[in-house]
Amino acid sequence: MTIDSTDRAIIAATQAGLPLIAQPYAQVAQELGLDEPEVLKRMNAMQDRGIIRRVAVAPNHYALGLTSNGMSVWDVEDDCIGELGAQVGALSFVSHCYERPRALPDWPYNLFAMIHGTSRDEVEEKRGQIAALLGGACRGSEILYSTRILKKTGLRLRLREN
Amino acid sequence: MTIDDIDRAILNRLQEGFPITTAPFAQVAKELGLSEADLIERLDRMKTERIITRFGPFYDAAEMGGAFCLCAMEVPEDEFEAVLTKVNSFPEVAHNYERSHRLNMWFVLATETEESIEEVAASLERETGQRVLRFPKLREFFIGFRVAA
Repeated sequence: MTIDSTDRAIIAATQAGLPLIAQPYAQVAQELGLDEPEVLKRMNAMQDRGIIRRVAVAPNHYALGLTSNGMSVWDVEDDCIGELGAQVGALSFVSHCYERPRALPDWPYNLFAMIHGTSRDEVEEKRGQIAALLGGACRGSEILYSTRILKKTGLRLRLREN
Repeated sequence: MTIDDIDRAILNRLQEGFPITTAPFAQVAKELGLSEADLIERLDRMKTERIITRFGPFYDAAEMGGAFCLCAMEVPEDEFEAVLTKVNSFPEVAHNYERSHRLNMWFVLATETEESIEEVAASLERETGQRVLRFPKLREFFIGFRVAA
């Protein structure tokens, strides 16, 4: 999948956010010396191709009361992880759900699911729901709570000049 | 920092996606029964008050050729701060969290190419003297949490 230099310029101009004005894409176009229809066409195309997941707000979870967050990890049998991972990912309280490689012998877990709630009790209750869903296909699990944010920079792509 | 029912409706609606059209706020405002100016003003206030952390396109960096890898280290308590300083000094280290586990430091490496992940992880091991466990994404089942505001 390739993007050209104009797409890159649009990404660079918008990855920190859109201006809160009536015609935000027109302003982006003006900054880049492009026409607004060109920007709309390219951004819609990038959305169709999955380069833009969506244009949306990211609410501050803490401000909305979701102060408890745990990374739950599960050792799921390899031949059912596809089906079960999709079911865990579909749960409303799971924000990210990935299959990742085990690192034996230190780390037997291959399914990672971030759980969010208003308290640790709530997160534990939700973890129980995942355990019930996985049933006998799961050989073990843990939950890792974050105790401190050590660094948090937005994931900014440094755009190559080409 | 308080939000009312209208703010909640805005947050719920705008997590689902914002139009890429010439007057997108007018379109969403109409759906919500608000004026365009009111919608923009409320978003502006919620951004200032940090109820919204970001508003705009979410790019899938992997689709653009970037590479990411979740990594973990078991850092001895008495070396934690020294190791942290070294790890955080790498610009490729994006998020970094202390977690309640034997593997107590978890961070995400973000680089432009797949090969750079290995290079950066290897230099982190050299500089800190600690092993870096790599957990690249094999399959993504879901990303894109919607909070009921």
